Amino acid sequence: MKNTKEVVIEKSLFLIALSAIFMLFLIAIFIFKEGTPLIFKVGFKNFVTSSKWFPLEGQFGIFSMILGTLWITAGALIIGVPLGLSCAIFLSEFVPRRIMAILKPTIELLAGIPSVVYGFIGMVVLVPLIRENLGGPGLSILAGSIILGIMILPTIISISIDAIQAVPRSYREGSLAMGATKWQTIHMVVLKAARSGIVASIILGMGRAIGETMAVIMVAGNAVKIPRSILDPARTLTTNIALEMGFAAGDHRQALFATGVVLFIIIMILNIIANYAVRKR
Amino acid sequence: MRLNPKTSQKIMRIVLGIATGLTIFILLFIIVFMLSKGIPVLNWEFLSNFPAKMGKAGGILPTIIGTFVLTLVAIVIATPLGVGAAVYLTEYIREGKITKIIRFGAESLAGIPSIIFGLFGFILFVVTLKMGWSILSGGLTLAFMILPTIIRTSEEAIKTVPYSYREVSFSLGATKWETIKKVVLPNALPGIVTGIILGIGRSVGETAAVIFTAGSSLRLPSSLFDSVRTMSVHFYILSREGISMKNACGTAAVLVIFILAMNLTAYWIMHKFTKRNL
Repeated sequence: MKNTKEVVIEKSLFLIALSAIFMLFLIAIFIFKEGTPLIFKVGFKNFVTSSKWFPLEGQFGIFSMILGTLWITAGALIIGVPLGLSCAIFLSEFVPRRIMAILKPTIELLAGIPSVVYGFIGMVVLVPLIRENLGGPGLSILAGSIILGIMILPTIISISIDAIQAVPRSYREGSLAMGATKWQTIHMVVLKAARSGIVASIILGMGRAIGETMAVIMVAGNAVKIPRSILDPARTLTTNIALEMGFAAGDHRQALFATGVVLFIIIMILNIIANYAVRKR
Repeated sequence: MRLNPKTSQKIMRIVLGIATGLTIFILLFIIVFMLSKGIPVLNWEFLSNFPAKMGKAGGILPTIIGTFVLTLVAIVIATPLGVGAAVYLTEYIREGKITKIIRFGAESLAGIPSIIFGLFGFILFVVTLKMGWSILSGGLTLAFMILPTIIRTSEEAIKTVPYSYREVSFSLGATKWETIKKVVLPNALPGIVTGIILGIGRSVGETAAVIFTAGSSLRLPSSLFDSVRTMSVHFYILSREGISMKNACGTAAVLVIFILAMNLTAYWIMHKFTKRNL
């Protein structure tokens, strides 16, 4: 009797354990089911290479949003990666463990702050600053990049610290024993050994930047056009969906789901690479 | 020119230190800025009154209630699934193909942008299952979003329960499930609670996934099928549509204070918990 109960529990826990992967499939199925008909109708090549987005006239091309996402994400990485990595190295190598034990969770607090708060601060502090000092509308790729660069810091710092700390002590001792300075040891031994974890942190940060929506809506200007400079406004894939979902219907709504399909594919590719990079360690 | 290794170490140390200082300064700036703008707006009336003129005047009571019920639904759904999955991964199965697939699923789910969750929740719950913009649609969508967090933290918590506890229980004749229920889970509870708190924090701060599934009604909900507006959505609408910067800042201050409190509680529990186990 007891045995059957145990078996039933084990089987049901197995089903529950599959819930995450099941949900992932469910999301993929519904996004694809709703988005792919329009991609076939317009043609995939046309959908991603045309920059004509006139939903009311039935023209759906997301090229300018793909560029917008690329520019803003690249900008976020240019700001977030050096800052985040420096922080991770400093905290794990130059600061006593006890202080790091306080500073790491403090920085991780950055991840808990809602994205609308970042967007708001970008809108009222950063955008006017850019408009007055650098010209242009202020709502721009630059503003989006800076805000996203800050938002990906906790991801990069936290995962990189874990990777750096996972490097065996003996590696450092070996290098120091050969007369290398601490910094030589860090950049020639520790960072090389922690490389795959650091790469994973950057990829996950990149995923976060590509996927962020509300903060970008509030600072990037959202204009549908091919950006020419970092002071131009831009629309990303995510903001395109969020801006128009409220009133879209028919083909237009399907086109937003199709934008979601492209986004989903990009994110899943990044997830797979990050997963591989972490495994390699 | 080649720098003396000692000099380059000194330079790098300063550069890295400045970067760290800058990061901490940004964090403090965000929190202090939001609180200094928002706290002057806060008073009992603001928290307990209904909004008037779309939020231009009055308080934020329905958005506080909306945030609360939506988060509650999400937690009630995600906790059993997340803890169950964590128990299976840690207690019932060896590391192998199946755990790899499940972990990949959970990690990928954690990386899916919230706007995709919004699209998905909209098409499945709001449209296909005809739940409309409602607490239930929003809560289910949020449950999907926070599931990976709860799985990961519960797994870590369960792993810290010493193996000897289980052996003692088995030796007393307890079955596997009895051991899990009476020994493993109670000892892992602080860690599991930490995961739930982090999940609450994420639900409360979420906007993109909520606005398309729970809607933005400012009325008090009377059933699970009513639409609600959360504080995050309210803050977004007030500031983006320029309805009232003052009330937007007040709402954001409540939001930030709540999230700081949640995170501090989570770290506090985690800290006590790890200390006890050492």
